[in-house]
Amino acid sequence: MVELALPKNSQIKSGKHWPAPAGAKKVKTFKIYRYDPETGGNPRWDTYDVDVDACGPMVLDALLYIKNSIDPTLAFRRSCREGVCGSCAMNIGGRNTLACTHGWEEVPGKAVQISPLPHMPVVKDLIPDLTLFYAQYASIEPWLHTDTPEPQTEWKQSPKDREKLDGLYECILCACCSTSCPSYWWNGDKYLGPAALLHAYRWLIDSRDEATGDRLDALEDPFKLYRCHTIMNCAQVCPKGLNPAKAIAEIKKMMVERVV
Amino acid sequence: MSKNDLFQPQQFRTPLSRARGMGSAHHGVSHFITERVSGLALAPLSLWGVFAGLKLIGADQHTAIAWLGQPLNAVLLALLLVAALTHLQNAVQVVIEDYIHRFTTKSFLVIGNLFVCVAAGAVGIFSILKVAALTVTGAH
Ligand code: SF4
Ligand code: SF4
Ligand code: FES
Repeated sequence: MVELALPKNSQIKSGKHWPAPAGAKKVKTFKIYRYDPETGGNPRWDTYDVDVDACGPMVLDALLYIKNSIDPTLAFRRSCREGVCGSCAMNIGGRNTLACTHGWEEVPGKAVQISPLPHMPVVKDLIPDLTLFYAQYASIEPWLHTDTPEPQTEWKQSPKDREKLDGLYECILCACCSTSCPSYWWNGDKYLGPAALLHAYRWLIDSRDEATGDRLDALEDPFKLYRCHTIMNCAQVCPKGLNPAKAIAEIKKMMVERVV
Repeated sequence: MSKNDLFQPQQFRTPLSRARGMGSAHHGVSHFITERVSGLALAPLSLWGVFAGLKLIGADQHTAIAWLGQPLNAVLLALLLVAALTHLQNAVQVVIEDYIHRFTTKSFLVIGNLFVCVAAGAVGIFSILKVAALTVTGAH
């Protein structure tokens, strides 16, 4: 549903301020969204003045520094710290991206503002609940569908057909795109969102797949697919440089090709 | 208890069941094609419409009626009207679906939008025909 203002219990209050240690030479302020379901109450902005000489160059380095040296209660997800697992996606300086590949010096403005991915239920602090997002991915059945008996060796594919999967298979399901998409904000319960649709296309154009028609049938829906209005936020934020909007446009093209 | 969706009772539905919802409606492509094709038709028709409008600026009623009495003008104007209203009806429906989520309100608005556009088309075409017919028979 369109919400022009945050509901009362989600409005963000100002929170604690953690000053830099005495003698810190280079100080950067991090303004971080905090929400704890256990204690209840509204979310708040905590500000941390970080001695950045003591931490690495990425936003994730700063977050780890805060957690280890300033405030151990801060919660966020991370794993690979090199942009391959998709765990550390969050909104940094007003833009969805990966904390581990985004330098805090790249963030314009005085303070680096960090909040969870937009328009998702918050589990705690910077951790959004992505259950539905993953289920939407599962709903497009992201595996090879075949009726032909399995060949003795592998399913064959020409190098040219394999090339068609480039720009699609690299997706790490970080959810930066879907949670930047206004259509997904307003209709996320019914619209599959750019990430799931990019994967849907990845299987639609896989030359080895035998269920193209069924896949198109499952997608032909005013909400599941056609909520995309080519707003392009998805392509702008994807930290892997992918273009879900283009994949969605290709699906729409296939839909047309099927009827004309 | 938290207000968080995560802990609401309806969340006992499995995530996959929520993601699949009621399944695919198996329509959408015709809406998509109608919107593009009406848009395509509108490009030349509206150019012609602007051109015709400019030509008629400052013309008196007789000139305007005589202009509409020419079959080509009457037909093109009717086509412009139909293409524009088709496009409008399509686009407004999309906006309603985007922003209105209550089933009853949404249905009411979608049907209302259809009725208004069809009624506008009917009135418009009737008016064009009436003026054109009058001119043809010279009865005005
Ligand atoms: S398409 Fe890009 S932004 Fe979207 S989930 Fe995949 S990697 Fe993340
Ligand atoms: S192009 Fe489509 S999927 Fe991407 S942000 Fe826009 S509406 Fe969302
Ligand atoms: S920690 Fe894996 S993508 Fe950032």
